[in-house]
Amino acid sequence: MIDSLLRNADSVLLLVCAAATLASGALMIVLRQPMRVAMALITTMIFLGAIYGLLGVHFIAAFQVLIYVGAVMVFMVYVIMLLEVRESDGPRYSRLLVPGAAGFVVLLGVVMISIWHPLPLSVGEMGKGAFGIAAFSTAFLGEYWLLFELTSVLLVAAVVAALAVIRVSRDSDNRKRHG
Amino acid sequence: MDRTQLLIGVAVALFSLGLVGVIVRRNVLVMLMCMELMLNGVNLSLVTFAQQTATTVGAVLVFLIFVVATVEIALAIPIVLLLVRDKRTLDLGAYNDLKG
Repeated sequence: MIDSLLRNADSVLLLVCAAATLASGALMIVLRQPMRVAMALITTMIFLGAIYGLLGVHFIAAFQVLIYVGAVMVFMVYVIMLLEVRESDGPRYSRLLVPGAAGFVVLLGVVMISIWHPLPLSVGEMGKGAFGIAAFSTAFLGEYWLLFELTSVLLVAAVVAALAVIRVSRDSDNRKRHG
Repeated sequence: MDRTQLLIGVAVALFSLGLVGVIVRRNVLVMLMCMELMLNGVNLSLVTFAQQTATTVGAVLVFLIFVVATVEIALAIPIVLLLVRDKRTLDLGAYNDLKG
């Protein structure tokens, strides 16, 4: 029993991580306070990082934790603390709750039925490290260099747009104060 | 059910959970976080297919999605901050005048 468990530890861990990911994802819909939702999302992302690690793409697992949890979610948590808007009396769900839930069930059912038939066989065994960071970096900076450059353009555009948003609000504040 | 099917199932479930969160929740910040959940589901499916076909293109796309998610949050958060400063609430119903 323990021997077989140890032999299949990879698969057992994958199942546990998948279940935990789905559970914390479902919690995001149910919980009321934004801070708790953020914590549930962080849990989801960390378990997804564990899944990536189990699949053998360790660099994506590392970046998942560094970029998503370390940058995006910390930013989000800061904003939630900064806003300090507590809304415990208002309704939690919009009036689209029933159509939304029905759509969720239909979408999930259709895709699950379509993947129930066996998918094309994998080239190699899943999780046996089809490529590492070296192959990825070579492809990223060689074959896909244009996308890499466009990414930097997108980042600059985002910075300029964020500055413009702040500028517009400052201008309207000034106009309100003087006029 | 093999590993690929399990992972694609999890990816689709994450995407659908995010979508249902965007549709049914009223809090703007929670909706933003549900969008992140959708992107995470897409990432998982990309990584699964990249592993299945042993190509790097899936991983490259995952990196691009990381950047897009970061940019999306960096732009959405100032807009939400401005809206909340104006309306004093995170409830989506208060922003009806954005319809134009």
